Amino acid sequence: MDPSALARFEETVLPHLDAAYTLARHLLRNEHDAEDVVQDAYLRAFRHFDGYRGGDMRAWLLTIVRRTCYSWVRQHAADARATEFDETVHEDSRTGNDPEAEMLRGALLEALDQAIERLPVEFREVVILRDVQGSSYAEIAEVVGIPVGTVMSRLSRARQRLQRALPVEDYWRS
Amino acid sequence: MSCETLSDKLSGYLDRELDQRAAGEVEAHLRQCITCSARLEGERRLRAAVQAHLTPLRAPEWLRNDVRTMLRAQLKRSRRRQTWLPAWAATAAALLLGAVGGWRLGIWQVSQGDGSDVVAEVVAGHVRSLQGAHLTDIASSEHHTVKPWFAGKLDFSPPVPDFSTEGFPRIGGRLDYVGEKQVAALVYGRRQHVINLFVWPSRDWSALPAAASRRGYHVEHGAAGGMTYWAISDLNESDLSHFAHLVATDLSGTAVQPYACSPISTRVVPLDPPAIPST
Repeated sequence: MDPSALARFEETVLPHLDAAYTLARHLLRNEHDAEDVVQDAYLRAFRHFDGYRGGDMRAWLLTIVRRTCYSWVRQHAADARATEFDETVHEDSRTGNDPEAEMLRGALLEALDQAIERLPVEFREVVILRDVQGSSYAEIAEVVGIPVGTVMSRLSRARQRLQRALPVEDYWRS
Repeated sequence: MSCETLSDKLSGYLDRELDQRAAGEVEAHLRQCITCSARLEGERRLRAAVQAHLTPLRAPEWLRNDVRTMLRAQLKRSRRRQTWLPAWAATAAALLLGAVGGWRLGIWQVSQGDGSDVVAEVVAGHVRSLQGAHLTDIASSEHHTVKPWFAGKLDFSPPVPDFSTEGFPRIGGRLDYVGEKQVAALVYGRRQHVINLFVWPSRDWSALPAAASRRGYHVEHGAAGGMTYWAISDLNESDLSHFAHLVATDLSGTAVQPYACSPISTRVVPLDPPAIPST
């Protein structure tokens, strides 16, 4: 590894730190675990940087972050169940003055959280990549390692599951 | 197309990821199937709820720094095995210094400043602007109000570029000080972040942006078109760097090429900032 590799790495890979952190945080649902995993993923990415052969840099990095997340989960399977609920991931940034509407919205968001949490992980990751990260289907296909058609059907099914898991869906009409 | 087949394509349709032919087939089915239309509407609302509720996050600043430190440590470890590298690095540094021509550069750590340099002044100015209710003297996104406002208040006419189409809406401007010199402070936004752009005239300076970080703020600095500029924000580095290049391009009227070796430049600040002409 020569210094110019570090220079190129910092220039091309480091700017995607927020995306890496977002994915890890939503997959692991814990702030501290996400921080550890992101560092670990960056170290792995740096070591394998020689093997990077062009293409979408963000997708390449997120692929490594995702794998690092899952190996982390496997290693910590026992205490992963006991992870605390990560309040800040689910912060409701909206504010309003209508207490009744707020209550309904609060109930909906809680239900949404639970529904996302209960999604099987292969569904959850496509929802996060698409709706939180804004990844294209092609990028998701690369990160997860599945065909684009599968991304589409998985996402459809994930969203249908979420809808079924939620109470009266009219709540979010507005 | 059956309802069953459509069900798997609904997301693709909603996310505009279907090709034209497939989208046309979905639309043809939707026109005659009220059940699938309702399903699409349900999915649309669900997607909106998920997107509104789960937002992209920003990695903490210390994590960014830790990753950097870790990478450097990793590099050092691998370099210990390669003794020829220091000579190579010296050559690279010499090339870098040569490449930036008129700049008098020094490589030093900017993490712990003594408060006497321009970076510190710029950081202080930025923090000051955010603390009080004095972000702007003239709040406007109108070129026609900001630029004339500076006339008569400064002994130069600062450029007031518009980058709103690039995602940096102009918030306004104010007078500020960097050192003893009165400068134009232009305020731009990027999502919820504020960018202060300090501008003042400089003599025979022409250089590409250089970057530094201090106290969690990123600073980008350069000079073009007879002006020197400092951009500062808590915005992520890549966005701010993009902003700085827009500024440099606007000032010089020509495209400015990025540093060939920008990560090294993150540790570079000019030892000898441009002389500030006295008024």
